[in-house]
Amino acid sequence: MTEENGALDGHGEEPSRRDFIYIAAGGATAVGGGLVIWPFVDQMNPAADTLALGSIRVDVSQLLPGSEMTVMWRGAPVFIRHRTEEEVAEARDVELSALPDEDARNENLPDGTPALDANRVLRPEFLIVKGNCTHLGCVPTSQETNAGGEYNAWYCPCHGSHYDKSARIRRGPAPENLPVPDYFFESETTVKIGLNDEERANSGWAVA
Amino acid sequence: MSGPSTYEPKTGFTKWLDTRLPIIRLGWDSFVDFPTPRNLNYWWTFGGILAIFLMIQIVTGIVLAMHYVPHEAYAFDSVERIRRDVNFGWMIQSMHANGAAFFFVAVYLHMFRGLYYGSYKAPREVLWILGVVIYLLMMATAFMGYVLPWGQMSYWGAIVITNLIGALPFVGDAIREWLWGGFSVGQATLNRFFSLHYLLPFVIAGVVGLHIWALHVPGNGNPVGLDVRGGDDGKKDTLPFHPYYTVKDGFAILVYLMVFCVFVFFLPTVLGHADNFIEANPLSTPAHIVPEWYFLPFYAILRAITFDIGPIDAKLGGVLLMFGAIAILFVLPWLDTSKVRSMRYRPLTRWFFIFFVLACFGLGWCGAKNPDDYVLGIEGFKFLYFGQFLTLYYFAYFLVVLPVMGIVEKPKERPASIEAAVLGNNTNAQPAE
Repeated sequence: MTEENGALDGHGEEPSRRDFIYIAAGGATAVGGGLVIWPFVDQMNPAADTLALGSIRVDVSQLLPGSEMTVMWRGAPVFIRHRTEEEVAEARDVELSALPDEDARNENLPDGTPALDANRVLRPEFLIVKGNCTHLGCVPTSQETNAGGEYNAWYCPCHGSHYDKSARIRRGPAPENLPVPDYFFESETTVKIGLNDEERANSGWAVA
Repeated sequence: MSGPSTYEPKTGFTKWLDTRLPIIRLGWDSFVDFPTPRNLNYWWTFGGILAIFLMIQIVTGIVLAMHYVPHEAYAFDSVERIRRDVNFGWMIQSMHANGAAFFFVAVYLHMFRGLYYGSYKAPREVLWILGVVIYLLMMATAFMGYVLPWGQMSYWGAIVITNLIGALPFVGDAIREWLWGGFSVGQATLNRFFSLHYLLPFVIAGVVGLHIWALHVPGNGNPVGLDVRGGDDGKKDTLPFHPYYTVKDGFAILVYLMVFCVFVFFLPTVLGHADNFIEANPLSTPAHIVPEWYFLPFYAILRAITFDIGPIDAKLGGVLLMFGAIAILFVLPWLDTSKVRSMRYRPLTRWFFIFFVLACFGLGWCGAKNPDDYVLGIEGFKFLYFGQFLTLYYFAYFLVVLPVMGIVEKPKERPASIEAAVLGNNTNAQPAE
């Protein structure tokens, strides 16, 4: 034992060939271990077919002003509301400073875009937002069922978050506005939600 | 505590085996001749009860997995089929669902026992920490198991809890998507929860093995909190585990199983939630999402934070506090500064402990209620405020009461030994043979 310890114990001396082998072997084992572990971690991320199911087309021609529809996209609800002129006016008549979350939360526009109503819609009459409360993911109830909360728009019954006519958080525990998914109008009456790079480039979105 | 082994193999085979794999010796030293303090009361029987319930959950769970289908289109129907069509499925499913609840009743009593009698103090810190690890694993297992029937509460409970992860700064969204395996709770989530729900009980069994190992080094604590004396006096303080505690534990297990059977056979769904008999619907949230009762106190702590704390927003604050409520148990052995283990001899801290237990029940009550409702109908006294007060007490008990009381409190006089505590001055008395 003494002899072996003596050979290994290179403290205070020049690094020996054995020290080098020791560190190199340990390093290679650590890197190799990490490389082996990564696939077993990454397999839990969304699979290729899950990612491929990432877009839908919705016909909004039957959606009359003042009504809304809920569609499923990526396993979760998306609200599409055909707003009346009064609703649009109400949504636009809000000071930024009155908003708890001043970010537009629009996946079509850069982060930090101000949360003006004009930055949340491609066409003012159609408001399209993801339908899960940004607090803990419940589906807010709507003015459609007379349960739109303080702003007569959307209200989350789980913990009492009130959203306005532009689906921006106004009061309650939710930290962020309902996010706008990436979409564009493929034709006058067809919305495509979930875009590829080419579509995104030609979607017509611009910061107001 | 475990002295030299007293096992003597008698037959040719056991002698042969003992020199090759001394497994009979291990069992003998651990569960037959193991010296156990003679003054253990019924609060010490929950360890045995918990072992039984781990076995019940594993056996019923393996059977249920033979009939359950982990698919978002079939999961709900397959559970209903188990309850209606599979032979004895009604009983086995009921045992598994109610078994989880009874498992938690026992683990909470076991933990309160440990808190009252100072079971976490030196030299049992590692034993206690392993227990907290088991508790965490139990919570993860129970949460994922509750998702499997794919009812409305299963689904929305999973949405709410996984969205908590999203509160973490920077990495929250990525971790949440990684957990989901998609863009919301769905097929991938259900499938992996089933896989992990099947795995974790065996991990628990492994940690239970370590827990018992760590128990058998210092031996059991006891209600007076004194160490077993060394030498021959040690024999006067202890009794062999078998038959004294095998019989006592066995009796407690039987009584507990009788209560369990009342629920399994006569109240099979009373601990569940009516909404979970509606199949999961991603477009409709139940009016009032509540977790299973055993998570309610932590749910109340989560919801108690409705205000930002400096840079930490309310949502993240609630999440941190909820996990902190369990994390604090890991450092408990170093927070309690008192050398006296048992609350019997801590006249002031004992009262703080009693209020702590009441606070835990109170938090459970708050967790079940709408935060904006009034407590007992008292105008203005919202459950939110009650929950905030109880959350404050929960943390103050660990962070203020236990550290301070150990320094300022004058403990009561303790008996000279375990033997003296049981037999008084009549030290010649012997247990009936």
